[in-house]
Amino acid sequence: MVGATYALAHELYPYRPEAAREGHHPVIIIGGGPIGVATGLDLAQKGTPTLILDDHDGVGQGSRAICFAKRTLEIADRLGAGRDMVEKGVVWNVGRVFHGDGEVFNFNLLPEDGHRNPAFINLQQPYFEKFLIDALRRAEGEGKPIEIRGRNVVTGLTQTAEHVTLDIDTPDGPYQLTADYVIACDGARSPTRAMMGLSFEGRVFEDNFLIADVRMKADFPTERWFWFEPPLAEAPQSALLHKQPDDVWRIDFQLGWDIDRKAELDESRIRKRIDEFLPDGTEYELVWTSIYTFQCRRMERFRHGRVLFAGDSAHQVSPFGARGANSGIQDADNLAWKLDLVLKGLAPDSLLDTYHDERAHGADENILNSTRATDFLTPKSEMSKIFRNAVLTLARDHAFARPMVNSGRLSVPCTYDGMALNGPDALDGPARTRPGSPCPDAPLADGFLLDHLKGKFTLLALGTEVPEVESTLPLDHLALTDADLSDALRERYLGEAPQALYLIRPDQHVAARWPEADPAAILAALAIATGQS
Amino acid sequence: MTLNTQPNIPEPDGFYDELIAAHHGLTKDQSDALNARLILILANHVGDRAVLRDALKAARP
Repeated sequence: MVGATYALAHELYPYRPEAAREGHHPVIIIGGGPIGVATGLDLAQKGTPTLILDDHDGVGQGSRAICFAKRTLEIADRLGAGRDMVEKGVVWNVGRVFHGDGEVFNFNLLPEDGHRNPAFINLQQPYFEKFLIDALRRAEGEGKPIEIRGRNVVTGLTQTAEHVTLDIDTPDGPYQLTADYVIACDGARSPTRAMMGLSFEGRVFEDNFLIADVRMKADFPTERWFWFEPPLAEAPQSALLHKQPDDVWRIDFQLGWDIDRKAELDESRIRKRIDEFLPDGTEYELVWTSIYTFQCRRMERFRHGRVLFAGDSAHQVSPFGARGANSGIQDADNLAWKLDLVLKGLAPDSLLDTYHDERAHGADENILNSTRATDFLTPKSEMSKIFRNAVLTLARDHAFARPMVNSGRLSVPCTYDGMALNGPDALDGPARTRPGSPCPDAPLADGFLLDHLKGKFTLLALGTEVPEVESTLPLDHLALTDADLSDALRERYLGEAPQALYLIRPDQHVAARWPEADPAAILAALAIATGQS
Repeated sequence: MTLNTQPNIPEPDGFYDELIAAHHGLTKDQSDALNARLILILANHVGDRAVLRDALKAARP
């Protein structure tokens, strides 16, 4: 029997007995969380039919992930959910770091001008997921081939060279489905991974963090406040205060390893901690509390034949740096176009191997950053703590020590340097737009650059013309006029070069660039970028 | 740049005196903290990652 294991914030895709039909699907996604829905939406918008199976019938409660980075919002814009997120979200730029009872320093993310999206927004995960489901429903309404089935629990998986067979359980009993490819987006405890007997090795961090989301009318500024060794009686080792929409604030206390978990989750005890933490007499309502521990780990391979893993099922990091959900959305962005081309017969199956190569590289970068932040937050030896506190002491008066203070290096997308899909870099152009880089946004005469990179390969011409190219691959042309060539665009895409031609992948990463190129050179780069040479 | 392990400090006895005097009257904890701050300040002054790596190697027992 299929039973819910968590309470829902929004019931969005109730179980429909008539939908649970046997059949074959090109793509089945296991898990209707943010990564599964983003991947499904991307595939369906490209025209590849996708079925999402979720073991619940809506979005779980609890704020969970709250920090969404610019790259995630750019991808969500492409999927049709970005505007809802930015409108609802809280934009923040200033962070303050405290040690004991004094401020060490503050920083401003100083987001670069000329991007449609802010550097970060804070938004409770249920909203993030709901906006993606709203976009999915709109796509469905426009006839895009996407379906989501609630209360469909995958209980078995077998694969042959030709297809994958799934055993599904529903409130009305079991049935079977087959698929060309399956994407497991079923979270850090991935049942799919367990069914396939795959390991998930990594490092356990011996620490407990108490999250308390509280609703209160407070006139704290919209800033990220982080305390090392806050001056509280039952001192947690660190504390975080961060604003979310709806007058909700995230409070996070680092409690250490040897705690009585049940006692710490007792409401009166949590209130005692919060009362001491907030200014005297602050009234608040507890919205959500949880204690979490974490690991930094990833699967050895993200691809196992016709089964691909994305998001937390493939890799897990500490929450410091907002690299969990944000990196999962980049997995979706990377995988959808590749799978779409493979299923349409426009690229070889081996293109899917590059999904592992590129995203495992991203996961390693995230795990490295996250591990370093964790080691700064929780020094692992006496001397490590002496150095940590020396950095914090020096940072008050000396600028040099401030970059060493690490309460989480905030998520930025990785560059796929040295990867097999990168074509030639024949332009003496800016380093930030070299092949493998995610395209930085820039203002155009009409709107923003990324609005025009719509999920297909795109030839982007700056100060030159786009050559006529006959390719079987869907290919957009974007020739920018003199009116578009703002200083920001020049600085990001031309540098000192007078003109440039960029080949951009469907996931808005640069594939190749030249001062100019003939059709043969462009076709060669397209072949490289789709794993055909 | 490479790590200079040849004598480089004028009047070394005087420097050594100042180094020890800087710890005068401090507890072990305070001295440990001073040493850590001093290493960080000097490391930043050096700046060169290769030199710092060589220095870390030279200091290891």
